[in-house]
Amino acid sequence: MGLAIALVLVLLCVVSVIMFSGHYWWFPPLISTYTGYDKQFMLTLVIVAVVFILAQLGLGYFVWKYRDRPGQKARHVEGNNTMEVLWTSLTFVIFIGLGILGQRVWAQLHFDQPPANAMEVELTGQQFQWNIRYPGPDGKFGRTEAKYVDESALNFVGIDPHDPAGKDDITSINRLVIPVNQPVKILLHSKDVTHSFFVPGLRIKQDAVPGMTIMVHFTATKTGEYEIPCAELCGLGHYKMRGILDVRTPDAYRQWLEKQASQE
Amino acid sequence: MAEATHAVHMHHAPKGFIRKYIFSTDHKVIGIQYYFLALFSVVLGMLLSVLFRLHLAWPNANWDLLGKLFPTGMAGGLMTPEFYLSLVTMHGTLMVFFVLTTAPQGGFGNYFLPIQIGADDMAFPVLNMLSFWITFVALGVMVMALFAVGGAPLSGWTAYPPLSALGKISGPGEGLGQTLWIISLAIFCVGSLLGALNFITTTLNLRAKGMTLTRMPLTVWAWFTTSILSLLAFPVLLAGGILLVLDRVGGTSFFIPAGLVVNEQLVNHSGGSPLLWQHLFWFFGHPEVYIAILPGMGVASQLLATFSRKPVFGYKAMFSAMLAIGFLGFFVWGHHMFISGMSPYSAVAFSLLTLSIGVPSAIKTFNWLGTLWRGKIEFTSAMLFAIGFVSVFVTGGVSGIFLGQTSLDLYLHDTYFVVGHFHMIMGVAAIFGIFGATYYWFPKMFGRMMNEPLGKIHFWFTFVGVNAIFFPMHIMGVAGHPRRYSDASNFNYLSSMHPLHQFMTVAAIVTATAQLFFLLNFFWSLWKGRKAEMNPWNATTLEWTVPSPPPHDNFGGKLPVVRHGPYEYSVPGAKQDFIMQDSEETVSKTA
Repeated sequence: MGLAIALVLVLLCVVSVIMFSGHYWWFPPLISTYTGYDKQFMLTLVIVAVVFILAQLGLGYFVWKYRDRPGQKARHVEGNNTMEVLWTSLTFVIFIGLGILGQRVWAQLHFDQPPANAMEVELTGQQFQWNIRYPGPDGKFGRTEAKYVDESALNFVGIDPHDPAGKDDITSINRLVIPVNQPVKILLHSKDVTHSFFVPGLRIKQDAVPGMTIMVHFTATKTGEYEIPCAELCGLGHYKMRGILDVRTPDAYRQWLEKQASQE
Repeated sequence: MAEATHAVHMHHAPKGFIRKYIFSTDHKVIGIQYYFLALFSVVLGMLLSVLFRLHLAWPNANWDLLGKLFPTGMAGGLMTPEFYLSLVTMHGTLMVFFVLTTAPQGGFGNYFLPIQIGADDMAFPVLNMLSFWITFVALGVMVMALFAVGGAPLSGWTAYPPLSALGKISGPGEGLGQTLWIISLAIFCVGSLLGALNFITTTLNLRAKGMTLTRMPLTVWAWFTTSILSLLAFPVLLAGGILLVLDRVGGTSFFIPAGLVVNEQLVNHSGGSPLLWQHLFWFFGHPEVYIAILPGMGVASQLLATFSRKPVFGYKAMFSAMLAIGFLGFFVWGHHMFISGMSPYSAVAFSLLTLSIGVPSAIKTFNWLGTLWRGKIEFTSAMLFAIGFVSVFVTGGVSGIFLGQTSLDLYLHDTYFVVGHFHMIMGVAAIFGIFGATYYWFPKMFGRMMNEPLGKIHFWFTFVGVNAIFFPMHIMGVAGHPRRYSDASNFNYLSSMHPLHQFMTVAAIVTATAQLFFLLNFFWSLWKGRKAEMNPWNATTLEWTVPSPPPHDNFGGKLPVVRHGPYEYSVPGAKQDFIMQDSEETVSKTA
């Protein structure tokens, strides 16, 4: 029985290593400047793997080695304070060390201000779509109010028709088009329940909370279309709340914007 | 020291079926009642999970039979997305509250805490009876929510507002079902609160002579710490629940901000904050994780010592670590909210506190290994589950090192990585604690032995099964699969993970089916099991000094006197390889 447990634990370690190093299913390729994410993940993975394997194999080895068999005697050992202190200090240093290193990407996202040339886009979640709004040529968003929401007139976010700043606002549903290598500042809102903005390739996620404006910023470094799954349970259509992050060359972006503007 | 065994007046068991078995004030009967409540809930919760796993693996398959069973949720045999979410919500709620909170604490804690400290009952027997029946009512209301008009609640076990606060306009399941869900949990909070008060008072005041705090078995330390957590955490959930019900039916706006437009309807609320609920919920919710797992830690320590024939390695470090986990557990709730919109500065503090809670957890793991080291390990079914507990605790623990880092959580939050993590650490580990405790204490509770070969078969299926179910979830999370999706086929980048879903579903069906070995063993042994002796495991703690099952007042009117620590195994020079806590044998231990 001891041997069986030991073997199963060895198998567990082997399968874990294969699954986490074979990358049969893995992160989608990184498409943002948050390159520190993947480094921190790999560092954590290596340390965690060592701890995991030592603990599982240690368990398996002891269970096999100290199984009840003829001649086996238990020794009355109550503990070992030196070992306790050593072990405690070691794990404290490793875990807290990782925790401190683990603040870097967070600080880049939340404590660093976006560059001055960052473009602004507003994202407003609703059951079950993303409403996207660009400020237009004047660079200013028109004011919004719930009472102006009129879905039949495609005014999903309630742009005030009396505000001149809102006249040139450009809107889009579920398609967030941005130029590549351009810092982008996203203003997240929700008009009904909590949703969450998640682009796996960017390595960021942020809830869109009703009543709040939450800013995230990033720079996409690869052109292409990337899915935006809603990451916070928002009701029965949560699983099909799908946006597209459409990263284009600056020219293609400008063309798209002009086309959208002419359709408004 | 004969004069020390102060005689207490002997309690006689009440006569009459109702006072004896239904509205009993005997902690042992109440413990068994809690256990059966949990058993009912775990079977229901597991069946719900098998249903939604079927849908995840074969989203377009037609289940005619299920269509007949659930004419609205699976009309024509196809599961609706709202029914899927309801199943997930009810699975989580039943498991977290009515299984993981009741069986380890209300069940085993109730039955064994008084006996292990040498008391003839809980401090407040009537209160104890009330806590069970209040919990029972809460379960009844929760089952009603499952069948509520307008659909079962589907906001998840965390029930984030505004979704859970807006009522019918925000979709199916947000009507009566959601209201009943909150009311049920509010009732549950009251029951748990009363139970916690009772446990704390009993531990502090009713210990037998000689049962100093540092002679208490680690199970008692675990139940005691858990009770303190319950006492401080449940009132906060209760308050949150009351506010949420008021938002739904009283027109208040605690959690609903101004200017919402839901399904094209202007919402007439203003001034609330969705984040307020998250703070209240997780201020409770994180300690709740420890409420579920600490008793399992106590049981694992007890079993590893008993079946290795060794003292628990570092006994003082062990209960200190539990106290540290309990204490720190109140300062880490914000790690559930890194991406919620909470201040990113407080997130840093929560992150470091979260990682520091890994330290006492690591101490425990180290000491469990130390307990096995140089032991003489006997592989009973109970021991197998204790060994399994250590393994799944490690697996579930190390993934927390990823999630506790603010940066890494940016991607992993709300993915299957989290689902894998908390199922391992909170679900599976706690369940292994419950199984281990069942195999270990069944003889004492019911006077009969469980069947060992069946127990071992049960262990192997379960241990391999849970790894097969939950390990792939971590990989799916790394690949970015969001949780709570009833169907992943709308997203291109998720399509490659479908085989994993199918694998996990097959594993879940096999593992769930293997639980029949347990149920069969349990009920068969209840009637037909071999008669149990007083101390079948040659264990040391006080419950093994009384008959199996113990008499109504536990010690037959004569409370024990404790002379030894809880885990005196293989003491050199002792007559046997164990010394009972109340033994008059004295052995001079050489260091």
